[in-house]
Amino acid sequence: MSAKAGSRAAEWAEILVLPAANLLAALVISGIVVRIIGENPWTAFKLMLGGAFGSGEGIGYTLYYATNFIFTGLAVAVAYHAGLFNIGAEGQAYIGGLGAGLVCLSAGAAPFWAVLPAAMFAAAVFGAGWALIPAWLQARRGSHIVITTIMFNFIASALMTWLLVNVLIKPGQQSPETRQFEAGAWQPTAADILGRIGIHVTAGPLNFSFLIALAAAAGVWVLIWRTRWGYAIRVTGENPAAAVYAGISPAKVTFLVMLLSGALAGLLPLNELMGAQHRISLDFPAGAGFVGIAVALMGRNNPAGVCVAAVLFGALVQGGSELSFDMPHINRDMVVLIQGLVILFCGALENLFKEPLRGLLRSFRRAQPQP
Amino acid sequence: MEQYTLLILLMAATVRVATPLILAALAGLFSERSGVIALGLEGMMLGAAFAAATVSAVSGSAWLGLGAGVLAAMVLALLLAFACVTQRGNQVVAAMAVNIIVAGVAPVLALAWFDQGGQTPQLVDRAQRFTGIIWPWARQARSVPVPGLMYAELLSGHSLIVYLAAALVPLSAWVLYRTRFGLRLRAVGENPQAVDTAGVSVARLRYQAVLISGALCGVAGTYLSISASSGFVRDMTAGKGYLALAALIFGKWRPYPALGACLLFAFADALAARLQGVPLPVVGVIPVQFIIALPYVLTVLLLAGFVGKSTPPRAIGVPYEKGSV
Amino acid sequence: MEPALELRGIDKRFGSVHANRTVSLSVGAGTVHGIIGENGAGKSTLMNIVYGFQRADAGEVRVHGRGVDIRRPHDAIAAGIGMVHQHFMLVENFTVLENVVLGAEAGALLGPGLRRARAELERLGRDYGLEAPLDERVGQLPVGLQQRVEILKALYRGADILILDEPTAVLTPQEACQLFRMLARLREQGKTAILVTHKLREIMAIADRVTVMRQGAVVAEKATTETSPSELAERMVGRPVLLDVKKTPARPGAPLLEVTDLEVRDRRGSPRVKGVNFTVRSAEIVGIAGVAGNGQSELLEALSGITAPSRGRILLGGREPAGGARERRGQGLAHVPEDRLRMGVVASFSAEDNAILGYHDRPEYGWGPFLSRAAVRSGCSRKMSEWDVRPAEPGRRIGAFSGGNQQKLVLAREIDSRPRVLIVGQPTRGVDIGAIEFIHRRLVALRDEGVAILLISVELEEILGLSDRILVMAGGEICGEMDRSEATEERLGLMMAGIKGAGG
Repeated sequence: MSAKAGSRAAEWAEILVLPAANLLAALVISGIVVRIIGENPWTAFKLMLGGAFGSGEGIGYTLYYATNFIFTGLAVAVAYHAGLFNIGAEGQAYIGGLGAGLVCLSAGAAPFWAVLPAAMFAAAVFGAGWALIPAWLQARRGSHIVITTIMFNFIASALMTWLLVNVLIKPGQQSPETRQFEAGAWQPTAADILGRIGIHVTAGPLNFSFLIALAAAAGVWVLIWRTRWGYAIRVTGENPAAAVYAGISPAKVTFLVMLLSGALAGLLPLNELMGAQHRISLDFPAGAGFVGIAVALMGRNNPAGVCVAAVLFGALVQGGSELSFDMPHINRDMVVLIQGLVILFCGALENLFKEPLRGLLRSFRRAQPQP
Repeated sequence: MEQYTLLILLMAATVRVATPLILAALAGLFSERSGVIALGLEGMMLGAAFAAATVSAVSGSAWLGLGAGVLAAMVLALLLAFACVTQRGNQVVAAMAVNIIVAGVAPVLALAWFDQGGQTPQLVDRAQRFTGIIWPWARQARSVPVPGLMYAELLSGHSLIVYLAAALVPLSAWVLYRTRFGLRLRAVGENPQAVDTAGVSVARLRYQAVLISGALCGVAGTYLSISASSGFVRDMTAGKGYLALAALIFGKWRPYPALGACLLFAFADALAARLQGVPLPVVGVIPVQFIIALPYVLTVLLLAGFVGKSTPPRAIGVPYEKGSV
Repeated sequence: MEPALELRGIDKRFGSVHANRTVSLSVGAGTVHGIIGENGAGKSTLMNIVYGFQRADAGEVRVHGRGVDIRRPHDAIAAGIGMVHQHFMLVENFTVLENVVLGAEAGALLGPGLRRARAELERLGRDYGLEAPLDERVGQLPVGLQQRVEILKALYRGADILILDEPTAVLTPQEACQLFRMLARLREQGKTAILVTHKLREIMAIADRVTVMRQGAVVAEKATTETSPSELAERMVGRPVLLDVKKTPARPGAPLLEVTDLEVRDRRGSPRVKGVNFTVRSAEIVGIAGVAGNGQSELLEALSGITAPSRGRILLGGREPAGGARERRGQGLAHVPEDRLRMGVVASFSAEDNAILGYHDRPEYGWGPFLSRAAVRSGCSRKMSEWDVRPAEPGRRIGAFSGGNQQKLVLAREIDSRPRVLIVGQPTRGVDIGAIEFIHRRLVALRDEGVAILLISVELEEILGLSDRILVMAGGEICGEMDRSEATEERLGLMMAGIKGAGG
């Protein structure tokens, strides 16, 4: 193959093979942990795969989980392009839920197509609002955004707990959650939508917000690579000095990107609250903000990659919950472990496999007959 | 008199709450001064807490627990050093990865081994924990107002680890400023190329610094699970690793100011805990969630307002590429 | 007598780049030996191998007749080799004493080691004329003194052979003279010095012998008494080189850039540009000469709109510029930055993405908020062909282009917007001689089209070659102004050292 085609193939290999290699490493190590606690990793893996993709309902659940992760993954990815590490997606999703939830609770008899835009708007604004202070502090004071967003996660948790226990709780019940939303605030499920055109599926809580998430991914892609503002974001992230030279204000970009990031994370309740739980409940993000970090890194901050990685993690979560029926010792924390390992391999140890891969490709190319 | 008593008790509580923060802040000091971002304090502490509680429960010995805690944290530190120094990976990402890994693996192992929903068994035996060490005549001294009470409550009665933490502050300062190792460590955080050209291994210094920070976090985590509590509970560090880092930043990466910041945090925390359920003028009873949130809010204020723009070690967070002369 | 340093057959590859091709050279003891070559000639790699930063693939290093295995700087230091780098390896927060002692502390506790070092340094200071304030923070010292600390570091470790990498890059001509006097003294004491540089005149001034490298190989080795700068230049490049740019006398028009009483402060509030006045007219090249660090960078940043001045006025085409860098580009100002890699390009971006840096808001690259890849790509291709940027691949990462091609693209980008005023800093830093000629010719052509050009450079030859009028900047002030016809290196050098009134 010619030199140019050879290097193009090498690029593709890196984009596809490296994330796969990283995921494999993460799974292998998790498998070792499974072994340590006395279960069979291969059985566990098969059960997970079956649980995630083995049935229509399983696939539905997988995609439903993936929806959450697409929102948070996009949030982290967008921030990353500006050189920022948004660890606060968890808190931003939580507070976004407050916004969407308030709209839904006051929806009354309003129809879905009226409630949805209002809820989206509120969710995005509240999510962005929760990112506002850390964003401002980083842009103006240089206060490390990682620490401030982590703090805001904790503060969000405390705030929402207080609200759900004392203010928003449905009168007369014990569990800290609001009353159920009216029908107009419910997302149409996949079963609803496909049923209307005659296809019968059992797809769990998979709902319309999945399409919203995909649209958001497409929007982010266009923004980052096909708009002038996206160009400014990328320059700021790669080289703030060059940004200043080019007349771009890194502080302004930092601030606006964090708001956008918070808004994207804030859309998560469209799926979780309007699509599945139909009420505001305690800790509904359930760690999705942190999964978003793994998803963004695995997807190399590219919206397409984020979607694929989100589905993979959705499969992990769905497969994991199926797995816990047969192996009660494996629970949600296992998925957290895998998340952490993915972040480690895709994010911090990404060079580990890069060099051997490059060496492999080089020797492969050398073996090819040159023109 | 009431006021004095309250104040002394408050100060004693402050010291207890501050101990893990101080240890973690010192850990952060060594790591960051050598140029490696110390966001992994949280995970190392949590890992140590789990290991210490597990080994103490199983072996019946707090000292073995301490050893296990320190060892666990140092293994995590080794992983962190490998990712940050050898692999030259993104230090923030590596630290977050370690934190999340530990948050996941500890409850998994705890559940599998002890079947208590992700906790370790309660430590009942005195030998399994580091309980308070009563100084001589403390009981008698208590009846003497002010100085006696100070002796009895503030100085005496703390766990061994508290005294250890207090001693480690001047020791760390001495190591940092009066030894060859300290000079080189500070240099490598400012200009690793200068150190490399002088023929000293940058990687080795950074590994040593990160391992030291691991050891210190090991003590901190051990304190949390087998001294301040009687067992490991999921996510028990609750952000203390980040609070310690904030205290370090507020203290401009110097041991004594960082100590001061830790005491400040701890005092606010102790004070808030004291005020729980107590009706205050005007505001009434502060909801418990607000008290829980207080340290985090304080951290944000600290990082935002009064720090201004403090200068971290010049080379921090930048992986070192050899021969980039 | 055995040569102090001998290299036999040193060979080194970096992937497909053959950085050193069986290089052999011999440096006599008690001499000053020069190694010259363009960027990429392999001299830095060679010295990195000698000092232990890299390992050669093949070949031998011999010190005073004995073979040595140098795997890391520690071994080089043990063999008596010391290196003074172009970018100083100093810890700014540390004192001079701490810096010298770092790595050679003689003991785990600092106290005794520092005391011993102090005594030794005072002796070295007296013996070699290398006095330095031991307890001052290095960051506060002037550049010449900082370099002295670097030399002390090497001597403190018992260096017998001193390698100096581009030592005069940051020195005034007078400081450079001081350096050479010190080298001469070292030579008297039997020490050996190796001077790695591209400044031909300095080699002629101080070196006994010179080795010329080109494309990784040694192409010549002579005694300096037996050669000349032009011969050396020719050997460096491989063909006769024009050291002077041919240009017609300037016919300047209306003032396009007027600077009045400009003061620019740094982040800490200290003034770096102190009340500067000058004018640049259409069809004129005004060159500002000066050693790096005398306010030129701050001046450029204020003119381009990156920093706001604390006092004074700037007029672009007779009007005050509204706003920052982006607005000034719109008003006809273009800026080629001094440090291309730091702020002129984004290293990880492709050439085409770099070709719109600063101009990404222009309507010709898209519609509304959107960017058109096709428009960006074709714009880049056009620039590449106009400026002979090779390889002409817009999609290629900018880091994969040579320094000269990168700089040509940056210039293409800035000039493409048809500016009326061009401010350019160090236009040929890190650029090979062939590209230097090209860039110089283009700048003169631009001048002839009516553009007002402000040129800031530390290379006196470049200033003298291109400028119609010359200003000298020292200590943040303009301390001399003259027409090109009145300028000589000596006059300029004196002004650069801050001796006012030596010129116009």
